[in-house]
Amino acid sequence: MAQQDVKIREPLLIELSTPGRRGVRFPEPDVPQADLPEDLVRSDLPLPEVSEVDVVRHYTRLSQYNHGVDINFYPLGSCTMKYNPKVNEDMARLPGFLNIHPLQPVETVQGALAVMYTLQEALKEITGMAGVSLQPAAGAHGELTGVLIIREYHRSRGDTKRNKILVPDSAHGTNPASSAMSGMRVVEIPSDKRGNIDLEKLKAECDDTLAGLMITNPNTLGLFEEHIEEVVQAVHEAGGLVYGDGANLNALLGIARFGDMGFDVVHLNLHKTFSTPHGGGGPGSGPVAVAEHLVDFLPGPVVTIVDQDEEGTPIYGFTWPEKSIGRVKAFYGHFGVMVRALTYILMLGADGLRQVAEDAVLNANYLRVLLQDTYHIPYNRLCKHEFVAEGRWPDAPGIRALDISKRLMDFGFHPPTNYFPLIVHEALMIEPTETESKATLDAFIDAMKQIAREARENPELLRKAPHNTPFGRVDEVRAARQLILTWFDWA
Amino acid sequence: MSWKIPENLKYTKSDEWIDPQTGKVGITDYAQSQLSDVVYVEIIVSEGETVNKGDIIATIESVKAAADVYAPVSGKVVEVNEGLADTPEVVNSDPYGDAWLVRMEISDPSELDELMDADAYRKYCEERED
Repeated sequence: MAQQDVKIREPLLIELSTPGRRGVRFPEPDVPQADLPEDLVRSDLPLPEVSEVDVVRHYTRLSQYNHGVDINFYPLGSCTMKYNPKVNEDMARLPGFLNIHPLQPVETVQGALAVMYTLQEALKEITGMAGVSLQPAAGAHGELTGVLIIREYHRSRGDTKRNKILVPDSAHGTNPASSAMSGMRVVEIPSDKRGNIDLEKLKAECDDTLAGLMITNPNTLGLFEEHIEEVVQAVHEAGGLVYGDGANLNALLGIARFGDMGFDVVHLNLHKTFSTPHGGGGPGSGPVAVAEHLVDFLPGPVVTIVDQDEEGTPIYGFTWPEKSIGRVKAFYGHFGVMVRALTYILMLGADGLRQVAEDAVLNANYLRVLLQDTYHIPYNRLCKHEFVAEGRWPDAPGIRALDISKRLMDFGFHPPTNYFPLIVHEALMIEPTETESKATLDAFIDAMKQIAREARENPELLRKAPHNTPFGRVDEVRAARQLILTWFDWA
Repeated sequence: MSWKIPENLKYTKSDEWIDPQTGKVGITDYAQSQLSDVVYVEIIVSEGETVNKGDIIATIESVKAAADVYAPVSGKVVEVNEGLADTPEVVNSDPYGDAWLVRMEISDPSELDELMDADAYRKYCEERED
């Protein structure tokens, strides 16, 4: 971005195409050639013709346009874009982890199974839950798995009329989607004036059709649910289960545990809380942890200690929980991500993990307090890992959150999350994470204050931002209305 | 803030309007201003279908968010505004006119009494702005 001062438009690969150029030349076949059936053969193949160096330079240049947490501050709310320590990569690249295959006999991959088992145990301890599946590929996949477990639990008891899932209006958008994917009916519960779930409205929906509640704690306003015990009790008394979306676990590490709050199922995002790569395609990992009464329903297989050798060393194997909902992912999940997450946990230890939460909360509150006189914060109380401000002012008509975000890019910062949660007007959702220094936070505060001044003095500067990036303001409306998804649609 | 709120329509808490005379249904000026630029409209009910009050009849997507549109009253869908899919921007420019979504035959006119009139709806919009 701005750092590289790149100001050229990168052509598409197909525009770089020169007839006859090749990146790869195939060797002569060492088996007899077979002719393809006539009707499967095409006469033209309009792919770009480029050399290896063309391709390398093309993608290297594109990568320089990108913003990542290795380049600068990335306060994208609820995404926990924390720094990914490079020791995680070293561990994931150890040949013994890198070069194994999921179909190898288990006796040849005992080390890998030990990693998975140790990670399961660590996540159990961190969440206070009784069992873990590492299979789900990402957060929303974990949610779907969790809701399927809830559904199976009720069915196994012959309790078939429970088809309703309650979701607060401050929830992640994936929560209602995951419920609907599981065939559940979604009922939205509003928030109260302090940003908590509205307890009376919740209780009114707690009846014998209630399958469960999906709740994020701290919620997407960055606020800890002040009546969490009453919320859980109301759902349990009606026979429902409580699902905890662990997307915001970063605020609670080593301090509060979902199991102690009475949650029945939770998912975690290893690519948020546990510092595995995120936002560049991941891959993610969304383990699901459950309370004792749901352990038998976990997706299979899970890693267990099946025996021990003569010296007492555990022998690991795969086993199937008795009433398992089945497999939710090919093989065993994203193993490389598990190695990274376990490395992070072991490098920090229990005290280090607690300090992660404390520093993440401290950083968020530092930003909140120093910005609260410049930006209206509608639910302004002690926050956890993030807070939500309004990106609008009565005396700056026409300026929207989007303009503020675009202008922030000129300072080299990634914008916060825009327009979410929906319960805050022109929302700017800011999550600094624990890995940022006071100097970085101060630079961000200065930029935010300067932008607030510019909104009054020179609003055009915001409306036309960004100015210092390789590409200026993109016409998002036109892009969404006139979908052009391939070169052939455009050419 | 000021939004257009025609006197002759009835309004829901989820920001739909219905014209008691014609049975046309759409989303309000307040709703379109909250959504910002609308990029996609999908009407999911078809002509002749019976809907209950509160059923989802359409989905409207903007650059900011996607929103479901609910039937303000129960009744039969007698006409669907097919052209709207190709011109989603009229939801922003003419929410009470060309951007009507469906026309309904209202099965129980007393359900209209549960909806807000223009004054009540104006107050409801202002409350949500602070």
